[in-house]
Amino acid sequence: MKYYTYYPGCSAEATAVGLGISVEAIAKPLDMELIELEGWTCCGSTPYGSLDELESIVVAARNLALAEQTGLDLVTPCSSCFITLYQADIKLKDHPQLMAQINEALAVANLEYHGSVRVRHLTEVLVNDITPEVITTKVKRPLNGLKVAPYYGCQLVRPDYGFDDPEFPQSLDRLVECLGAKAVPFPLKNRCCGGSLIIPEEDLALGLIRKLLDNAVENGAQCIVTPCPLCQTNLDAYQSRVNSKFKTHYNVPVLFITQLIGLALGIDPKSLGLNTNIVSPSEVLDYIYNYINYITTH
Amino acid sequence: MEPRIGVYICHCGSNIAGTVDVGEVTRFAQDLDGVVVARDYKFMCSDPGQELIKQDIKELGLNRVVVASCSPTMHEPTFRRVCQEAGINPYLFEMANIREQCSWVTKDKREATEKAKALVSAAVRRVYYHQPLETREVTINPNTLVVGGGIAGIQAALKIADSEHKVYLVEKSPSIGGHMAQLDKTFPTLDCSACILTPKMTLVGSHPYIELLTYSEVEEVSGYIGNFKVKIRQKARYVDEDRCTGCGLCQTKCPWKVDSEFDAGMGKRKAIYTPFPQAVPNIPVIDTEHCAYFLKGTCRACEKVCEAEAIDFEQQDKIVEVEVGSIIVTTGFEVFDPTPIYQYGYGRLDNVITSLEFERLVNSAGPTDGEIVLKDGSHPKSIAIIHCVGSRDEKYHEYCSRVCCMYSMKFAHLLKEHLPETEIYEFYIDIRSFGKGYEEFYNRILSEGTIFIRGRPAEVTDIAETPKEKGKLIVQFEDTLAGLQRRLPVDMVILSCALEAQADAEKTARLFNISRSADGFFLEKHPKLDPVATMTDGIFIAGCCQGPKDIPDTVAQASAAAAEVLAMISKGRVEIEAAIAIIDERICTGCQVCKLVCPYSAIDFDEEKKVCRVNEALCKGCGACVGGCPSDAINLKHYTNEQIVAEMEGMLV
Repeated sequence: MKYYTYYPGCSAEATAVGLGISVEAIAKPLDMELIELEGWTCCGSTPYGSLDELESIVVAARNLALAEQTGLDLVTPCSSCFITLYQADIKLKDHPQLMAQINEALAVANLEYHGSVRVRHLTEVLVNDITPEVITTKVKRPLNGLKVAPYYGCQLVRPDYGFDDPEFPQSLDRLVECLGAKAVPFPLKNRCCGGSLIIPEEDLALGLIRKLLDNAVENGAQCIVTPCPLCQTNLDAYQSRVNSKFKTHYNVPVLFITQLIGLALGIDPKSLGLNTNIVSPSEVLDYIYNYINYITTH
Repeated sequence: MEPRIGVYICHCGSNIAGTVDVGEVTRFAQDLDGVVVARDYKFMCSDPGQELIKQDIKELGLNRVVVASCSPTMHEPTFRRVCQEAGINPYLFEMANIREQCSWVTKDKREATEKAKALVSAAVRRVYYHQPLETREVTINPNTLVVGGGIAGIQAALKIADSEHKVYLVEKSPSIGGHMAQLDKTFPTLDCSACILTPKMTLVGSHPYIELLTYSEVEEVSGYIGNFKVKIRQKARYVDEDRCTGCGLCQTKCPWKVDSEFDAGMGKRKAIYTPFPQAVPNIPVIDTEHCAYFLKGTCRACEKVCEAEAIDFEQQDKIVEVEVGSIIVTTGFEVFDPTPIYQYGYGRLDNVITSLEFERLVNSAGPTDGEIVLKDGSHPKSIAIIHCVGSRDEKYHEYCSRVCCMYSMKFAHLLKEHLPETEIYEFYIDIRSFGKGYEEFYNRILSEGTIFIRGRPAEVTDIAETPKEKGKLIVQFEDTLAGLQRRLPVDMVILSCALEAQADAEKTARLFNISRSADGFFLEKHPKLDPVATMTDGIFIAGCCQGPKDIPDTVAQASAAAAEVLAMISKGRVEIEAAIAIIDERICTGCQVCKLVCPYSAIDFDEEKKVCRVNEALCKGCGACVGGCPSDAINLKHYTNEQIVAEMEGMLV
């Protein structure tokens, strides 16, 4: 059993319930003990930093200080939380003056950060700690070569955290393949999904989402998987708007990588929150559960 | 004889005197044991400074000298010569470095003065125990080995051979010529590469003083400056060099086609082949990895057609041993493989090619007879040339490859010549046109209508977003001068790839005992003042094995290396360092630990007496063996335990 301090982030409890549910469902079977960080608050989130950098770092540092007390690595399944916490941590470690300033603010809450936390993304933990080689031994229901487009999004590997190539990442592909699925070539695998622009610049974001859907479908993907809650929301919830805007007929389920892993581990779809996905994953489930039936009827 | 020491403190203008109280250091030195006289002077290295020492040696009967000034790498030879000229052994001299290691790096005047005193005290205690040592000379074997038959090796070999000294030129591929033979025209003068190179190649092939060993590799190097012994493996060609007339019939009749290395994979060659028609020597080799006879045991088509009966399937590798006095390493470079840069699509997208592939494509002797065509046989209407692929990129090579800007512009010119209607786009970060006539060439290319875009492209993709982009390669880039993100559909993309160190550079470096710099290239002895020598005396480097460079610089370096070698040959002998290790054979147990740790291969094991012995000509006096010897049987002259301990005591007192 490997132990981690778990930081779910707000998305996993709101817009991406499926992520939170599926992470918890696969943890035990993969010998991970995810201990939720007591008293965690907002990570400082990406937009906050562009308005007031110092304040956003204080918000992140509060969580880092709490996590430091546990002595375990801080793991989050959210790409946005990861990048915010990670970069705050790096800035604090690189700039002792900033650290002193931040600690002055934290002192009000009787907290202090020393810079000893290792901030990690769940995907990286799955690849480097749990490893695809071990995950594959725990697969109860191989995915029969399900064609999957692994979608990394921009925040998981960029700018460069040293864990995967920022231009041509492989980690998610490896996770997909170890489940018995097939990672299709997906040249736009780390391209922007539109991010938060979906609110103020919807037309622009829909164009970006369309490119991704188009590239995935063109390469034969039956579904897209991603670790990122924002990417998943954009590709899943806005798929119908893409269709009405561009007169297209996309119907690609967008799963969290943790949901796909859960399916391969034999966990039932509801316990993985698949009922919360907007584009119905029923075809994918049909393919996995009634493989013989599926291939004779398709 | 009782030591009588003279101590001289240099001001070095204000370099030392500005931070160190030289007067105080002089007074301090005056009272040290054995010191007869201590003086300070503005510039000890000047003629009057040197004269001062000489005069004191004669008048005061000094027999030891300490100079406290700059680093010994700067002026130790100067002051040793002064001692010698005044009649005392040059090894009875010691230098205290109170500039680089004291005044330049210490701000506080008090601290600097104290440190200078400690350094002077250490030097005085040390020199007390110095022994007179004799330098020796060895004679220089006038033969030379040149490793690598590209333009650098060819130039160096010809220069030396023209002075009627024997040269062994070793080349690992079947022909000399190197990368230069693959190029089409050369910037900025646009003379044809083959036209200026092949006459030199022919000269090498027929030169009475050059012994050419192609399809050969150096396997072992032993010995030392002036007296190297080299083992060379001459790989079996399976063609008798004496019988073959070079008629080429075997190549015509051989039924097995393979990608041609010379054509960078753009064309085919046979399993029996010479790399290109002007190859020197014009004798084919059989590629056993692709020859049907070696793979399956049948065929022998070449043997049947060869009237000279030169095909010999039984031929074996030969080991050739030669003795030479100096070695020039000119092993060249490799072209960076852009496959790992996924976003540029090389190997994945058709019509994305490397610079070397384009050189072959545009060459009239190339696979398309110089016709620039796409994979489907049509002519490109627009071409993007991307600079700095693998260069100036922290993920691959941080350095600038120095030739890419120029050859990329040469491509633009050649394209305008071959396909005047084609649109050409150069994507650059900075244009580096620093050589003679290069900036003028840049202006010429600008005036020819090539479009220069400042910005490193983000990617090359075949995913079209508009109907205009369908079926094209789209370059996505930021035009940094216009401040715009743009997409440009083109038919062909040329990647101007970096020059990198040979994949086996580490092996070569170990073989010849050469150091490498962080970029992987071989390291010269001094970047400015000793650019072709290496840390191993008698071994020189030239051309792109030392770092990316163009043909003029390569030829200049090769000529410089030849001049170094000829200077050694004409002197005929070389002086060897006296500060070397000696092994006390009465104590040595023959464990050979010293042999293992010696970085210069300077220790031999005497099988008869079962003891180790130092080769005096090879030993550099590094002291690794002294530290390694478990029996304390090795002593390093000029660095004896007595001297080192005295120096430390002097420092601490």
